[in-house]
Amino acid sequence: MKYYRAHVLICSGSNCAIKGCQTIKDALVAVLNKHELQSEIKVVDTGCLGWCEQGPSMVIYPEGVMYSRLKNSDMDEIVTEHLLKGRFVHRLMTQSTDTLGLASPLNMTPFFQKQRRVVLKNCGLINPERLEDYIHAGGYTALATALDKYAPEEIIAMVLDAGLRGRGGAGFLTGKKWSYTKAALGEPKYLICNADEGEPGTFKDRLILEGDPHLIVEGMAIAAYAIGASKGIIYVRGEYDLSIKRMEQAVLQARENGILGEGVLGSGFNFDIEVCAGAGAYVCGEETALIESIEGNRGEPRFKPPYPAEKGLWGLPTCVNNVETLANIPAIIENSPTWYRSLGTENSPGTKVFTLTGNITNSGLIEVPMGITLREIIYDIGGGIPQGRRFKMAQTGGTSGGCLAEEHLDLPMDYDSLASHGSSLGSGALLIMDDSHCILDLTHCFLKFFVHESCGKCTPCREGTPALYKLIGKMTAGQGNQDDLELIHRLARTMQDSSLCALGQTAPVPVLSAFRHFWPEVEAHMTGNCLAHKCFSGRGSKHDH
Amino acid sequence: MTIELTINERIVCVAEGSTVLDACAKAGVKIPTLCYHPDQQIKANCRICLVEVSGQRSLQPACAYPAQSGMAVYTSTPRVREARKTILELMLASHPRACLECPRNLKCELQLLANELNISESPFPRYERQVPADLSTPSLKRVPEKCINCRRCVHACLVTQGIGILYTSERGQETVVQTVGREPLGDLSCVLCGQCLQVCPVGAITEIDDTDKVWAALADPKKHTLVQVAPAIRVALGEEFGQDPGGIVTGKLVSALRMLGFDKVFDTDFTADLTIIEEGHEFLERLKEGESLPLITSCSPGWIKFAEHNFPNLLRHLSTCKSPQQMFGALAKTYYAQSSGHNPRDIYVVSVMPCTAKKFEARRPEMQDSVYPDVDVVLTTRELARMLKQAGIVWEALAEEAFDTPLGISTGAGVIFGATGGVMEAALRTVYEVVTGEELGRLDFTAVRGMEGIKEADIEVGKQAIRVGVAHGLQNARLLMEQVERGESPYHFIEIMCCPGGCIGGGGQPIPTTNAIRQKRIAATYLADESMVLRKSHQNPAVTTLYEEFLKRPLGLRSHELLHTHYTPRTK
Amino acid sequence: MIEAPNKRSAQIDVFVGQPGGMLKALHALQSQSEANFLSPADIKLVASKFGVPVAKVWGTVTFYSLFATTPRGRHIIRVCENAPCHVVGASDILAALEQHLKIRAGGTTTDGLFTLEATSCLGVCGVAPAIMIDSTVYGNLTKEQLPALLAEYRQEAQA
Ligand SMILES: Cc1cc2nc3c(=O)[nH]c(=O)nc-3n(C[C@H](O)[C@H](O)[C@H](O)COP(=O)(O)O)c2cc1C
Ligand code: SF4
Ligand code: SF4
Ligand code: SF4
Ligand code: FES
Ligand code: FES
Repeated sequence: MKYYRAHVLICSGSNCAIKGCQTIKDALVAVLNKHELQSEIKVVDTGCLGWCEQGPSMVIYPEGVMYSRLKNSDMDEIVTEHLLKGRFVHRLMTQSTDTLGLASPLNMTPFFQKQRRVVLKNCGLINPERLEDYIHAGGYTALATALDKYAPEEIIAMVLDAGLRGRGGAGFLTGKKWSYTKAALGEPKYLICNADEGEPGTFKDRLILEGDPHLIVEGMAIAAYAIGASKGIIYVRGEYDLSIKRMEQAVLQARENGILGEGVLGSGFNFDIEVCAGAGAYVCGEETALIESIEGNRGEPRFKPPYPAEKGLWGLPTCVNNVETLANIPAIIENSPTWYRSLGTENSPGTKVFTLTGNITNSGLIEVPMGITLREIIYDIGGGIPQGRRFKMAQTGGTSGGCLAEEHLDLPMDYDSLASHGSSLGSGALLIMDDSHCILDLTHCFLKFFVHESCGKCTPCREGTPALYKLIGKMTAGQGNQDDLELIHRLARTMQDSSLCALGQTAPVPVLSAFRHFWPEVEAHMTGNCLAHKCFSGRGSKHDH
Repeated sequence: MTIELTINERIVCVAEGSTVLDACAKAGVKIPTLCYHPDQQIKANCRICLVEVSGQRSLQPACAYPAQSGMAVYTSTPRVREARKTILELMLASHPRACLECPRNLKCELQLLANELNISESPFPRYERQVPADLSTPSLKRVPEKCINCRRCVHACLVTQGIGILYTSERGQETVVQTVGREPLGDLSCVLCGQCLQVCPVGAITEIDDTDKVWAALADPKKHTLVQVAPAIRVALGEEFGQDPGGIVTGKLVSALRMLGFDKVFDTDFTADLTIIEEGHEFLERLKEGESLPLITSCSPGWIKFAEHNFPNLLRHLSTCKSPQQMFGALAKTYYAQSSGHNPRDIYVVSVMPCTAKKFEARRPEMQDSVYPDVDVVLTTRELARMLKQAGIVWEALAEEAFDTPLGISTGAGVIFGATGGVMEAALRTVYEVVTGEELGRLDFTAVRGMEGIKEADIEVGKQAIRVGVAHGLQNARLLMEQVERGESPYHFIEIMCCPGGCIGGGGQPIPTTNAIRQKRIAATYLADESMVLRKSHQNPAVTTLYEEFLKRPLGLRSHELLHTHYTPRTK
Repeated sequence: MIEAPNKRSAQIDVFVGQPGGMLKALHALQSQSEANFLSPADIKLVASKFGVPVAKVWGTVTFYSLFATTPRGRHIIRVCENAPCHVVGASDILAALEQHLKIRAGGTTTDGLFTLEATSCLGVCGVAPAIMIDSTVYGNLTKEQLPALLAEYRQEAQA
């Protein structure tokens, strides 16, 4: 193997690609060529480094120095200073905001310090387009171990022991779901990887698929072996061009190298994967809607029971798992359930990938042990609220989740703690909002999402979501009255109680959450006061178009 | 296996596999439903049937939820009542609520439910669906703004009829049942069977109302008004006046029509008998020549249109006989005009049919062999009921009267045209006797009766073994036609009826028409047949006279001119 | 160029029977359309290949927001309206685009170059406010950057 004295990793995830990574890379290569360094320094396209706000970024190994906010004109300096003379370019080094501007190598920045990377361990460190890189990083050993050493039942038992809960939103025990599918009658069985990620504020699955696609192939192969599925499908949302491309590529590579297809890794187990693309419908993330969509239908949820484990795709037993869930599997097999349980909390073991968005200094992707507090995430990792504003609230789990106010900052982030506060961990979206926002204006915005995404199958959601949106709109326009409030409550109760799927059941959550945590502010609107000065003032509501 | 559960704390036992809705029915509790239809798959989308189920976090739809042993169900808790009320109010918020102007007024499931749940208005913001009405066909009117998205019509068209003209489109609040590209039905391969209409709980699909035309004709002193009634009307009309399904109301039907002012009240059964003679001979001829077999019946206009769209290459298999309705019209304006001394121009033929497709059939350009349209206007069973009510006719007080002669004379064979398998049975009764010259011992061909989708029978006619097939519902028809297409059809003679159960289950019949009700109408049909003195078409004396005086012989020149037709290949 | 129908038909054959095949076929047909939409002929073609009624394909197509049944502009501009983008100024971006292009969300410019669509989260909220033009993402946008961005597309169209 050819030896390079240094590797420059350039983030080529779509967040950074949009900020001109490709031109940065071209500029860098040009400078390297000029100095005839091309045989000494290897430039590698890699997945997202997670620190989206700071892109485009690069990391230079072996030093592990990260440079951010790069421009083409910076390349000369980086090459002559760092790569030729070995001196760091402090001006471009990723700054930690809470220190006095003292630059530190990659792993020492607070952004990374509190993180614990299990799922994202390769993201940003390997070239996702190369199977070799994945294998060099230890990839596919878990699959080989699983096939050699364990019976399918043992794999299921390990995943159960690890206490892994589904990362797609509902937090159902993965091992349990697998055992249901395994026990179901019907051939072939399907394993579907749910990569329809559409929860506002969520982009973790995309970055995993883009940054480490073979991890998903491996996780799926192990899962399929455990439940006895011979067919795998990855359903990627239609907008994720790069994820689709990377997954197709990874599947092809795996197939060519005996990792997929007849006799996986020389064993007697057959398994192959197809990549499917969605076409723009959030509700297709719901597992039965996703199945309908794969069958070529409108992506509408089915009535359950029967559950997909019994009757899923084409009426056959089907297991649907989220990308991140599957990404945890190889590590559990490799390191043992006990190791996995050493991370996170009793009822929510392991790590969780969060996507930080909104009014936060460092927006981006992080992976932390479950149970970390919201405060740690916002202030230690996220660098706090910018522009000197105050934290107002955080929405966890995306628009389907719920809101937490200041008094919840020390709440541990895990399934049960959040659920007990009317919120949810959900997809891992964390939207931070500062005190310039009005709770009702935000609620109106949340509802608009559901209005747009309701599939239209069942009455309470199809008719109720727009009604709720209009009623809140009435309040933001300063025309709400006491009757409306009662109506809103009644409607919210009915939607939660009567909708066919969780979309309609959770659509009223932002409203209830707002009423619960910010009642004085809501009430003020009834007397013509918007404390944040966002509503009325002649413009009515901003979303009405 | 039966299981035991409680409904509102009362124990009830049901068979395994039952739904909570079944269990409630057994317990004597009525659960409101809208998307549920007893003959269709469960959809669980309207959510009006929600109940509380022990151990379930949210309310569950009774129509879909499996009854389980030990389960406790509550059907009228404050929580359930609030949810039902809210859901219905939400529906009303996007419904035009112009009940007075709606043909389904007082017969609309939404309206009845609102009444039952004590709801008269909706507090929710109004939503107006901007979708134009479709008036492109002579048969059906579609008003999508009234649609409540129950999808019963989608199932009827796609699954029952195997066509799929209507499907749910768009999403969110804009979701609505539509045709491809929102094209009018008249530009599509819709067969106008009205099965979608028949299951629609509201007035989103209705028949085109032609009653005004009839009123005008009845009031016109220059017009000699004739009415013919299809066999299926006499076993269904009573339902429009609150009678239980399965009653035979022939006598009341006749007197009511006289009271409306028709000059002559005739019976389509007469031309049904005639059809058997013509079609029977056509069959024997084809059998002799071995040509274009199987011969397929042609009385059902929905089926004819279906064949024209979907099997344009197989049209030669269709009998060239016009349907009894059209034969009647053609004879009314020729034979009857001559013998009664009326100018055909002044004769106005109204038919009362169980069928919306008949309205289309009567408008076919080839259906005017007397120079005038064979049939001037077609009323469905429902429209007739509407006229009777409008005229103040009290159903209970009606006397029983007999049809006028000669076009009112018929046999039991004509009556059973109304039920699936009936045309075939009638044909066999005649063909057997014509060929063998022997009298048939048992008249009942039970193998071709009943609600099974595809039926068949083997009969020895003289030395020839004949195999016949019967299909009703176009999904079943398609299966038989695909056999013909592949050259694998085992049959000599096939009867196809467009609607499930045959004409008694047609799109013009009283609403509701469920399979259970169809079965009752079928039973009544065979009862009516048994009660007839004459039960074979070739015994009909009026038909005999008709041949002697006018037609001369089956398949003769006059027959060809007046009683036979041709078909038009159409695109899908 | 609009391709010969039989060629398009052959292209779709590979998707028949595949999981997710119908959506793939629809994507493939739409991507070949100059005006970024699925024509009645496309819908007919897919229906006949997959053996389902045209109305059902219509139902599917109208369900998904990435498909259109009426002609759209050469480039589709998608503006995310959801909260993570909203709290950092997405509504200003949308308003600025509407003003600049002189169309409302959902409309197409008179020159047929752009269609503006307000959408749900595009999954690029790490760089919110974000828009997508076709499949390229532009993040951390300010409304001042928009004219230059659009100018590039206009230039390219003229070239
Ligand atoms: C409206 C709606 C949207 C959903 N979207 C997603 C999604 O984008 N990705 C996902 O993995 N799960 C999503 N889910 C959850 C899935 O239904 C399912 O529970 C999950 O894929 C199971 O995977 P897990 O057990 O690994 O979490 C959604 C659920 C609902 C109700
Ligand atoms: S709750 Fe909403 S998204 Fe879910 S099935 Fe009902 S209408 Fe569709
Ligand atoms: S009339 Fe018959 S064919 Fe036409 S839409 Fe209704 S059910 Fe379908
Ligand atoms: S048209 Fe009638 S039957 Fe069809 S979905 Fe609408 S309400 Fe239901
Ligand atoms: S009748 Fe049960 S959900 Fe509609
Ligand atoms: S919220 Fe705008 S891209 Fe996700």
